[in-house]
Amino acid sequence: MREPARSTKISVQGLTMAYGSFTVMEDLSFDVMEKDIFIIMGGSGCGKSTLMRHMVGLKEPAAGEIHFDGENFTSADEAKRLSFVRRFGVMYQSGALWSSMTLAENIAMPLEEHTDLKAREIRDLAAYKLALVGLSGYEDYYPAQVSGGMNKRAGIARAMALDPDVLFLDEPGAGLDPLSSRRLDELILRLRDSLGSTFVIVSHELASIFAIANNSIFLDTDTRKQGATGDPKELRDRSDNEAVRIFLNRGVTSGKRDQP
Amino acid sequence: MKSDQADKSELPKAIWAKVDGRTELALSGEWMRGSVPEIRGEELCAWPDEIRTESLGRFDSILPAYLLRKLRESEKLDPCLSGLPDNLRGLMELALKVPERSDAKFDAREPHGLLRMGIVSESAWKATVSMLAFIGDTVVASLRFFTGRAHFRGKDFWLIVQDCGVGALPIVSLISFLIGMILAFVGNVQLASFGASLYVADLVGIAMVREMGVMMTAIIMSGRTGASFAAHIGSMKANQEIDALKTFGFNPFDYLVLPRIFALVLMMPILTIYSNIIGILGGMLVAAGVGIPPQLFWIEMLTIVDLTQASLGVFKSVFFGAAIAISGCLQGMNSGASSSAVGQATTRAVVASITSVIILDSAFAVIFTILDI
Ligand SMILES: Nc1ncnc2c1ncn2[C@@H]1O[C@H](COP(=O)(O)OP(=O)(O)O)[C@@H](O)[C@H]1O
Ligand SMILES: [Mg+2]
Repeated sequence: MREPARSTKISVQGLTMAYGSFTVMEDLSFDVMEKDIFIIMGGSGCGKSTLMRHMVGLKEPAAGEIHFDGENFTSADEAKRLSFVRRFGVMYQSGALWSSMTLAENIAMPLEEHTDLKAREIRDLAAYKLALVGLSGYEDYYPAQVSGGMNKRAGIARAMALDPDVLFLDEPGAGLDPLSSRRLDELILRLRDSLGSTFVIVSHELASIFAIANNSIFLDTDTRKQGATGDPKELRDRSDNEAVRIFLNRGVTSGKRDQP
Repeated sequence: MKSDQADKSELPKAIWAKVDGRTELALSGEWMRGSVPEIRGEELCAWPDEIRTESLGRFDSILPAYLLRKLRESEKLDPCLSGLPDNLRGLMELALKVPERSDAKFDAREPHGLLRMGIVSESAWKATVSMLAFIGDTVVASLRFFTGRAHFRGKDFWLIVQDCGVGALPIVSLISFLIGMILAFVGNVQLASFGASLYVADLVGIAMVREMGVMMTAIIMSGRTGASFAAHIGSMKANQEIDALKTFGFNPFDYLVLPRIFALVLMMPILTIYSNIIGILGGMLVAAGVGIPPQLFWIEMLTIVDLTQASLGVFKSVFFGAAIAISGCLQGMNSGASSSAVGQATTRAVVASITSVIILDSAFAVIFTILDI
């Protein structure tokens, strides 16, 4: 299904992640291609959010390198790194909206700082991005006045504010009702097709993973190494790593049920 | 089966024994919270070859918790659970399903004596270094700001100015007025015994403009604004809002710290002048009560309070403002990522800002004495 023309967007090589002496994952190596919808999956607490923090440059690798469009991101100087970071959109697991600003102001702030748009256009853009995630009419609400799932969706809207090249979403589907969750899948596919964005998504929603993803990495908690990388549908049926097959089949493998 | 019935409602027991070269664990009685299990022969082996439960009665979580501890200690990979009743075995299998992650545990031993002293002095040293580094960062960021390479949102700045300026007026008024009155009362009691009541004006004037006005304002602002800076920035950190700033290419230092320092450095002198005036008014009121008319008070005060004296307090207030804002922002930026950590950061901010204000004030007292002003 993959066209040969697509180039490598992000390349992670031999990445080891650690908090002090506590090694979270070792020796991760994988490529994210342009226009991929790339899923980071694994049990909770295995280091998915940590991997995302490394990929957006919030945390230094203990070892290994990350390349963007063929350029070394890990050893880049501050200015160079900032120019990369401005092409990312990031949605954090907790939403992380700026709590002293309304939803619309949250989306407007990056636009005010990084573009020459006029106030009117910024306001329209903020309303449009909120409408995309199903939050029309909530422009003037503060983050504390909307529910957790709505916070999360507003976080996605903010991540999309600058029409970034790469969108990083940390568990965007968690805490959403089934309908919002489907709309979100649709939105991700639409954005990929219309704007050509690349997505890196932390997710465990199997239904959504199989519906949208074309590439993935599985972090194996037991070995602390990458379990497998590739199209999740193929991994489900043909991975030689048992942990990956079990995970992608919700613990049900080849007719034999795991302990209930 | 009568004896069996009797056994089941008895006290909980775990009897470990050796039978024909095999080890055996016999569980019996009611394993419910509130009764202390009788355990015998535990040292015989790590995990038995056989478990017997014929006379085991009802049980709650204390039995599986006990068994899990023994299992962990035994470090057996494939322990025999076969003798256990189905429901208990199910629970044990569930608890064992995900192996313990030993290196995830923190070292929880209490440090002792010298070690603790070492830890305390190391953390004090680190705190000093981080304060100095933060002051350095502030200077660098201010330079960047004045050369146009750093910026923050004007709206944020004016909101902070409003909060730490106008917002502080009521409390500054109240405290300053009372301090002025107290100075006049206490001064008058002493001076009246020499028949020198009029000099109350000098006392109140000098004390307010040199020390009390700026000091009271600084202490109020430490508790009010320093704490609020730390709490605001700390909770932004706990909620990953600072990470979000970074990934949008905003420098959190420029966006959060600079406007706060500038706002407080701007507002402290104004609040100090205001506090001086209100304090002197308070003194005047008391003096009027003991028969010194306000005009006389004013004239007498001006014989000693000149512009030099009046500017000393205002001069100090600039430094105090910077110290309070820097302490608050530093503690906020260094706060941990939980609600209790934000609380601690707030406490540390208040302590640090009051301490630094007092230290600065002592230093100024020495300098002014040397300069003879
Ligand atoms: N700030 C931190 N300090 C120390 N350990 C951390 C920190 N953040 C996360 N961890 C540890 O790193 C591991 C991975 O965490 P995380 O990436 O949040 O997991 P998840 O896959 O659920 O997103 C966990 O075991 C967690 O305890
Ligand atoms: Mg996570």
